[in-house]
Amino acid sequence: MMEKMIFGRYVPADSTVHKMDPRSKLLIIFLFVCIIFLANNWITYALIGVYTFYMLGMSRIPVRFLYGGLKPVLWLVLFTLILQLLFTKEGNLLVEWGPIKIYEEGVRQGVFISLRFFFLILMTSLLTLTTSPIEITDGLETLLNPLKKIHFPVHEMALMMSISLRFIPTLMQETDKIMKAQMARGVEFSSGPFKERIKAVIPLLIPLFVSSFKRAEELAVAMEARGYRGGEGRTKYRQLSWKAADTLQLVVLAILTILLFLLRA
Amino acid sequence: MDISLQQVEYRYQANTPFERLAIEDVSIDIPAGTFMAIIGHTGSGKSTVLQHLNALLLPSKGIVKIGNHEIKAEQKNKNLKQVRQKVGIVFQFPEHQLFEETVEKDIMFGPMNFGVSADEARERAHRALKQVGLAEDILEKSPFDLSGGQMRRVAIAGVLAMEPDVIVLDEPTAGLDPRGRNEIMEMFYTLHRERQLSTILVTHSMEDAARYADQIVIMRQGKVAKKGTPEEIFSDPIDLVEMGLDVPEVVRFQLKLEEKTGIKLEKIYLSIEELSSAVTEVLSRGVRS
Repeated sequence: MMEKMIFGRYVPADSTVHKMDPRSKLLIIFLFVCIIFLANNWITYALIGVYTFYMLGMSRIPVRFLYGGLKPVLWLVLFTLILQLLFTKEGNLLVEWGPIKIYEEGVRQGVFISLRFFFLILMTSLLTLTTSPIEITDGLETLLNPLKKIHFPVHEMALMMSISLRFIPTLMQETDKIMKAQMARGVEFSSGPFKERIKAVIPLLIPLFVSSFKRAEELAVAMEARGYRGGEGRTKYRQLSWKAADTLQLVVLAILTILLFLLRA
Repeated sequence: MDISLQQVEYRYQANTPFERLAIEDVSIDIPAGTFMAIIGHTGSGKSTVLQHLNALLLPSKGIVKIGNHEIKAEQKNKNLKQVRQKVGIVFQFPEHQLFEETVEKDIMFGPMNFGVSADEARERAHRALKQVGLAEDILEKSPFDLSGGQMRRVAIAGVLAMEPDVIVLDEPTAGLDPRGRNEIMEMFYTLHRERQLSTILVTHSMEDAARYADQIVIMRQGKVAKKGTPEEIFSDPIDLVEMGLDVPEVVRFQLKLEEKTGIKLEKIYLSIEELSSAVTEVLSRGVRS
């Protein structure tokens, strides 16, 4: 049931993107999220698109798999598009069909906003698909290290993050298991009246909450029992290494940024 | 109600990089009133088979017949709810599915989903509670205040209250102490005998399979490796050992005994009582001659 979800899921493979340093990938995503807002005409959006698909191609993630996993989100993108189409009332009137009026500006904005949304989703999924949770946290911890000077709990935050990422699949499995157990007791999650379906969530959520709390407690005890005492003096098994490919990708992104500045309206 | 699987195949996460063939070419017949044990290692596909028995998973290939319902691959399947009422599944660690405020409400949950009236469901809850050997005074308690063993029993009662024709048990005794194990297994066995309830037990325990089942299916790497009566299955212990499976203690004892003393008993015995009387008989004969 939850098999198709791809958020937070890591797909191991041997690609250039997989091999990149998590720090550079995090930086690229962060910068990408910023520069995507530079795009404001067709050519700049096309550039962003080309870049997104270039990264996607390099990652060797099968497009069909990506499509299957992102399908639910695509509906959201479509919804944004429709909202923009219906409620932006600027520019020339293009279509008038009863109470529905579609304006030029609505089409433009709708397409731009949903494209932006779409590219953001693709790129951020790419990060989690090609980087294992451990790598992401390691990268983040190193990148945020300077913040320790102002007493920001970097290690604790990274730990919290890796724990939550680590338990996403477990939680999914458990959701699947409990859903099945309740379906065997006659609950219908995917058919029936809307009101009934909302009510069907209760027998799913309560057991999930109960077991999550229990698991959290067990994990805390297990960590304590093994002498965990925070990040002070802790060494790392995996050392991050910045390679030429990482610098190269950042340069590519820099070029993209310059192009965006030059070509934007 | 008869259940039969015909050349069933199932793939998890089809069309993704995670695609995995879980079972293939599985054909099993479960006539009404059978006690069947499905044995196999972790990952042998036994849990996947189990979820086909009440249409929680739909086959990627092949046919699953549950009573009058025929479930085929690549076909819209309707009325699965009716199937699920007739086949109750007790999942591994069923206590994880408890959620209601009181034990009574939780047991009533299943029957009421299948359209049973509240009064009838309450009556069934009381009956089911008695069957699993719990006292009525816990009905008003929160299921989360109970001990692990009690929670397990309440969850089982929740499935029994649906009054299914077939009951499927996935390692129902996992994590219980030996006494709890025996009590739960004896309870299911009694239900099976008294009500002719078809029972399908998925287990690791050769002892349980030998003691309770009329039919045993051994799963290995997603396929049916062997099926037959316990006598047939355990008569070839070497085969089992090669598959990395255990032989019940009684059988192991008999084999060692035959090896050490050179006495050959006429068949494989599956219970301590039968074996001991056979051995006594052979020995007394030996003394006489």
